[in-house]
Amino acid sequence: MLNPKTIDDASIEQRVYQLNLGPQHPSTHGVMHLLVTLDGEVVIKLEPVIGYSHRGHEKMAENRTYEQFLPNPPRMDYLSGMIFNHGYCMAVEKLCGIEVPRRAEYIRVITAELNRIASHFIGAMDYAMGLGAITPFLWGWDDREHILDLLEGIAGSRLTYSYSRFGGVRNDITKDFYDGTRRFIDRLRGRFWDYENLINQNIIFIKRSQDVGVITKEAALAYGVTGPTLRGSGVAYDVRKQEPYSVYPEFTFEIPTREAGDCLARYQVRMAEMEQSLNIIEQALDRLPPGPIRSKVPRFVTPPPGDCYCTFESARGEAGFYIVSDGSRIPYRIKVRAPSFSNLFVLTEICPGHFLADVIAIFGSIDVTVPEIDR
Amino acid sequence: MEVKGTAPICIPTRDLSQEYVETPGVVGFAPVQDLLDLARVNALWPLTFGIACCAIEMMAAGVARFDWDRFGIIPRGTPRQSDVMVVAGTIPHKLVSTIKTLYDQMPAPRYVIAMGNCAISGGPFSYDGQYAIVNGADKIIPVDVYIPGCPPRPEALLQGFLKIQTKITKGLIDANRRAEKAARKHKK
Repeated sequence: MLNPKTIDDASIEQRVYQLNLGPQHPSTHGVMHLLVTLDGEVVIKLEPVIGYSHRGHEKMAENRTYEQFLPNPPRMDYLSGMIFNHGYCMAVEKLCGIEVPRRAEYIRVITAELNRIASHFIGAMDYAMGLGAITPFLWGWDDREHILDLLEGIAGSRLTYSYSRFGGVRNDITKDFYDGTRRFIDRLRGRFWDYENLINQNIIFIKRSQDVGVITKEAALAYGVTGPTLRGSGVAYDVRKQEPYSVYPEFTFEIPTREAGDCLARYQVRMAEMEQSLNIIEQALDRLPPGPIRSKVPRFVTPPPGDCYCTFESARGEAGFYIVSDGSRIPYRIKVRAPSFSNLFVLTEICPGHFLADVIAIFGSIDVTVPEIDR
Repeated sequence: MEVKGTAPICIPTRDLSQEYVETPGVVGFAPVQDLLDLARVNALWPLTFGIACCAIEMMAAGVARFDWDRFGIIPRGTPRQSDVMVVAGTIPHKLVSTIKTLYDQMPAPRYVIAMGNCAISGGPFSYDGQYAIVNGADKIIPVDVYIPGCPPRPEALLQGFLKIQTKITKGLIDANRRAEKAARKHKK
């Protein structure tokens, strides 16, 4: 990190100016607008301007039945749509008191963890792309396509899944999916060695990410940062462990953490989490119970009056659905706790003092999806 | 005049043999416009401008498996170097002025693809009482090709680009006239 005062040179005329990074910028992961105040090339102040992707999801919920809102959650965080779909179904099930068969829970965990790997591939490899490394980007997206093929086979969609339904899942998994997932686990375990060689020992990558954008433990907790970004700062907080939901308590997996809190730590946490997700998938496939995949649920659910908050670990951190019901078929209010929103605003704390080029690295390492912030 | 075989295989061109009657002893030239069109369709450079979910499929079309580079499609970071704008996602009101500015910054001839249902008509986000979005990209800029889907597959996006190539080589898009019209409007 560089203190603006150290490059203070009397012979150079100091000029403070504002730069609009976005809304159209190749490395802002969508339509994100960062209003940066610069002194030369050093950031003095950074202010994210949000709302360029506001589509009124929460207002839509007040105009639709619970079933009609089902396609919306995967479109908030389209990179981990399966997890959001799972989370919304859990919230409604909790509100209505619907039991979910064990086989359905296992299938939900398998698909959610596959989707988490796909999302982390984009998070980690887009970050490498932001630093100028194009090969990892191509490799990561190639591996991701294998996951999308598997999920498409059972869910019918590549990106925005409505696979989880209230009380279970839409389709049972096929033999192709089962065998394909096994093959994919073996393939990806072999690929980690390639990524290790390609990225982790690359001197340019290390120089540009080590000690860049350090989020201290205190700052991370103060801003409500969650997910890999928080675990990169040394806090082992994961909703799957702290407030276990679904069948996660039945699996043994670790929560990878790093103490450094810099961009490199966040990248390493993502790569380590992919391995843990593979472990979960493998255990779930080994112990996949037989039985029904969906319990008997009325065509239109009508929850009793009341409210519930259901939290779950998305690929970006702790997400949650707060649903208020007035006893009708249409929700009275749905509030979404989006991890990207909290993670984004820690930028205002950590970016000042860095070069402008490092802002791209820091922004990439936090890995936000814009429609989830704006909703 | 022998015209077969002059164009790349994947691009349907105007059937010149019907337009220009072959006269013995007279050498026929293809119109310059056709040559320009051929050059254009093999180097359609889109703007890297993703708005929502469709942008991920747009990126997927650009990398390993689908690889749109083989059609001469190379994404550019700035509108000044781009030919095609892929409107990939929902258009909230806050973004309208940005899209208009980006479209104006692109040099003519310029083409627009509306990718996904949101960019066609508002898609799943269109309902009575929707306050946030514009129902379709064609409400603000002229659109040449519409690709349905939520989101469309990368193959569908490639099909959309091939469709634009067809429209250009068949002379269905009068880009010059459109540019003049825009310039007149700008002067007013």
